[in-house]
Amino acid sequence: MTPQRIDLAVVGAGPAGLAAATTAADLGLDTLLLDEQDGPGGQIYRGIERAPDGRNKTTPLGVDYLAGKPLAAALRASRAGYLPGTTVWHIDADGTLSVLDKNGSRTIRARRIVLATGAMERPVPIPGWTLPGVMTVGAAQILLKTGDLVPAGRSVLTGQGPLIWLAAAQLVRAGAPPALILETAPHRNYHAAARLLLRALWPARRQLAKGLGLIREVRGAGVPVVREAVGLAALGRGRLERVAWNGGEIAADLLLLHEGVIPNIQISLALGLEHRWDAAQLCWRPVADEWGATSLPTVAIAGDGAGIAGAEAAALTGRLAALDAAALLDKLDPAERDRRARPIRKALKRELAIRPLLDALYRPAPPVLVPPDDVVACRCEEVTVAQIRRAARLGAPGPNQAKAFTRCGMGPCQGRLCGPTVSAVMADALGKPIAEIGTYRPRAPYKPITLRALAGLGASPSAGS
Amino acid sequence: MFRKRPEGSAATVWVTVEGREVQVPAGASAAAALLLAGLAATRETAVSGAARGPYCLMGVCFECLAEIDGVPNCQSCMVTIGPGMAIRRQHGKRIATPQ
Repeated sequence: MTPQRIDLAVVGAGPAGLAAATTAADLGLDTLLLDEQDGPGGQIYRGIERAPDGRNKTTPLGVDYLAGKPLAAALRASRAGYLPGTTVWHIDADGTLSVLDKNGSRTIRARRIVLATGAMERPVPIPGWTLPGVMTVGAAQILLKTGDLVPAGRSVLTGQGPLIWLAAAQLVRAGAPPALILETAPHRNYHAAARLLLRALWPARRQLAKGLGLIREVRGAGVPVVREAVGLAALGRGRLERVAWNGGEIAADLLLLHEGVIPNIQISLALGLEHRWDAAQLCWRPVADEWGATSLPTVAIAGDGAGIAGAEAAALTGRLAALDAAALLDKLDPAERDRRARPIRKALKRELAIRPLLDALYRPAPPVLVPPDDVVACRCEEVTVAQIRRAARLGAPGPNQAKAFTRCGMGPCQGRLCGPTVSAVMADALGKPIAEIGTYRPRAPYKPITLRALAGLGASPSAGS
Repeated sequence: MFRKRPEGSAATVWVTVEGREVQVPAGASAAAALLLAGLAATRETAVSGAARGPYCLMGVCFECLAEIDGVPNCQSCMVTIGPGMAIRRQHGKRIATPQ
């Protein structure tokens, strides 16, 4: 079966992917946007096409969420092909993508690829985090975005970062205020952030005002807040019943965790792209230049998948990657590419001004990266931190060997969720920096697929299944 | 665990969760249907049989694995509900059944 041939494949339809695909199509590139979800928006703008329009302010999600509407509308108005419900499960270095949709598996050959796989929430391994009833803050937001669902009983939010306050405000507006917020930002973060505040004050005044407004809104609604909470644990038999911290305990039906977001690097790691440990954001990120170009000539990365910068910045880097793709494929003169990039870079600089402050203010406390020994690190294979440490003692030099020793990272999530923890615990156990320890080298298929889907690759399209 | 916001969109879809009919907002995922049906624990792990429920709802964690229209081990957070969809919990590991 010969692959479909196109100029540009964009993987992921969040702000970066939407902007990249739209811009590329407008520049005359034969473009396909591949989206695992069934509608554009990614996670940040999930369900955006079902949301009320901007004039009707009835959504508790707020106006920033509605900023996704024009991005999705622009994609629909463009000549870019949009393939929802399509999982990319393998990419070859020559630009061949193996994709799976409801009709089965097939290949697409792209002259260039823009990965816009976005961010995931940093795993928050605390005692009891595998209990049913413990979820992420982002999960609760997704239920609100896609189904207008809100927590039914007593919910507790714990962690830190701008998203905690945004989600809490959204739940307040939706008539389901949390029973308690346990904020985990360590006191020393405030000192570190104070030094950066002056520099960010003017360029980031809009974001700062917005953040403070959210905190005021949540506190004004009477939601109790415990600051500098440590020693968090989810307790219960078979499901969450109570949430404990050093100095307190509360009955709860739902515990929502959040310690910031990190790049979703499953595909970029599997492709063998060069990655670096980001000591400010405490995460791995692929090495990319100012256009998003990576160590692999066919592949660029845009948006939070290249480092956390937020939704507005993601759309901007998506446009930059599209401009570069057009120049590389001779649809745009390089000088014209640079000219068009200038206002985008200016806007990007404005968006990035607040990042050093946020990174310092919401830097996760050490136990988020290296949890206590009895905590489950790998949820799929039920491997504890102590077992990872034992693997290190027995001679496993890094996460990929720990896999063979303990089966960590070998379950269905393929190490997506335990990767950050296993790297940090191995580094701690061996007394080496994380940058030296490395992280998992995931392999295709990027998502589990059935043998039937795999076998279907060789069949002609008319042969059926 | 979760309830529908009364002010939310009126469009709904009927699905079955563990054989019971449940009305779910259109656009929601199969994982949301499980939660709306009051199920906190939606699967048992393949290793120890421990109860688990959805964690991330964005396709990362694979905790929401469920049986959807007879197909086991589906990431239920990535499947949008459709009329008559049959959603069941995932019990432990899948047993290979010779056809």
